[in-house]
Amino acid sequence: MTSKLSGKGLTLIRGESCLFRGLGFALNPGELLLLEGQNGSGKTSLMRAIAGMLSLETGEIYWNDMEVSRQRQEFHGALVWLAHRTGLKGDLNLVENLRFEAALRPQANVDLAAVCKRLGIAKLKRLPLRSLSAGQQRRVALARMLMADVPLWLMDEPFTNLDREGRKLVMELTEEHLAKGGMCVLAAHQDVDINATIKRVAL
Amino acid sequence: MSDSSQQQPGILAGLLAVTRRDLLLAWKRPGDVLNPLFFFAMVCTLFPLAVGPSPEQLTVSGPGVLWVAALLATLLSLNALFMGDHEDGSLDQLLVSPQPLPVLALGKTLSHWLISGFPLVLISPLLAMTYRMSTDVMGVLMLTLLLGTICLSLLGSIGAALTVGLHRGTALLSLLILPLAMPVLLLGANTVSLAAGNEVYATGIWALGAYVIAALSLAPFATAAALRISNE
Repeated sequence: MTSKLSGKGLTLIRGESCLFRGLGFALNPGELLLLEGQNGSGKTSLMRAIAGMLSLETGEIYWNDMEVSRQRQEFHGALVWLAHRTGLKGDLNLVENLRFEAALRPQANVDLAAVCKRLGIAKLKRLPLRSLSAGQQRRVALARMLMADVPLWLMDEPFTNLDREGRKLVMELTEEHLAKGGMCVLAAHQDVDINATIKRVAL
Repeated sequence: MSDSSQQQPGILAGLLAVTRRDLLLAWKRPGDVLNPLFFFAMVCTLFPLAVGPSPEQLTVSGPGVLWVAALLATLLSLNALFMGDHEDGSLDQLLVSPQPLPVLALGKTLSHWLISGFPLVLISPLLAMTYRMSTDVMGVLMLTLLLGTICLSLLGSIGAALTVGLHRGTALLSLLILPLAMPVLLLGANTVSLAAGNEVYATGIWALGAYVIAALSLAPFATAAALRISNE
């Protein structure tokens, strides 16, 4: 069965303003959903709604043609969320942080050392994360995403704090993930240069 | 890419992972662990100095003072339960984790108890000596505190989850928790008083045990629901 993520008739009202109304999308394996919009247009809110952390006014998110709300555990097992805040512990070092994530996903089978080498953070293993630069911390967050080994990536502004090579690396990783049949929802306010089927949602 | 339905992770994996991480964090920042412990020790040692050293008075007030100090020390430490995770975004990650949220919440509560509740139980006999408590009564005190602090950590996790998004939620948290914590305090302090007066005290222990079981079976689900609500 092919994994498929879709949303129908999504409406979100925050306070007085309506962020989006009647929004819909459908995403197939190997495709990228690009959320575009200005600051505060609701990109992060839509992503939180897709992850099932925010209840929508109307509409429903579907995973494999079944409502996400009825299969939350399975859906969460298939996604990883690269949020604006890294969600890593500053007092722990890279290995301790990633080991914790690996313990939450015992079925994932990814080599930690290879991932760290790929992201250029192999030499930072013993330092507590708070002593790393913002860009390096972002790379560790990317490492966590790779370690999860799941089909759906939710990436909220993945290029923040990264240098030019880092940005290139994120695009490469995304391309590889999509080529393997993965799916990606990406929120960005800058142009992305990714060679894959891109569907756009303008907010 | 692995199929998530192929192999279900064990239900305890999340609990162990969260507990281990939080204990590791506490090990790296021992100040957080020692704060409630210092508070408990200070209140218990200052009280006899303030009210005077008459043995009769100390024997009567001892159980109550020790129990109130333990309750307040636990309440003080509760605010931090989800605060750190909320600030660095790891709480969001726990909410979308493949592990069931009640299990993760129970893991957080367990580590909270191991860090701030269990040490209170361990040092309580030392402080009980100040109140001229006999060894038998000390045993009862430790047993009630053991059950009581488990209760308080579990009940407190609900309040901490509800107030996690609020700035300066400590006062609100205490208000939310106190009605639920009151029976624990009454049962605990009175049981120790009964034991000190050579009366039958077993009922209190059983009642505390029942309270622990009720809290253990309900609190993780309430905490999980509260976390989802306060993180919308």
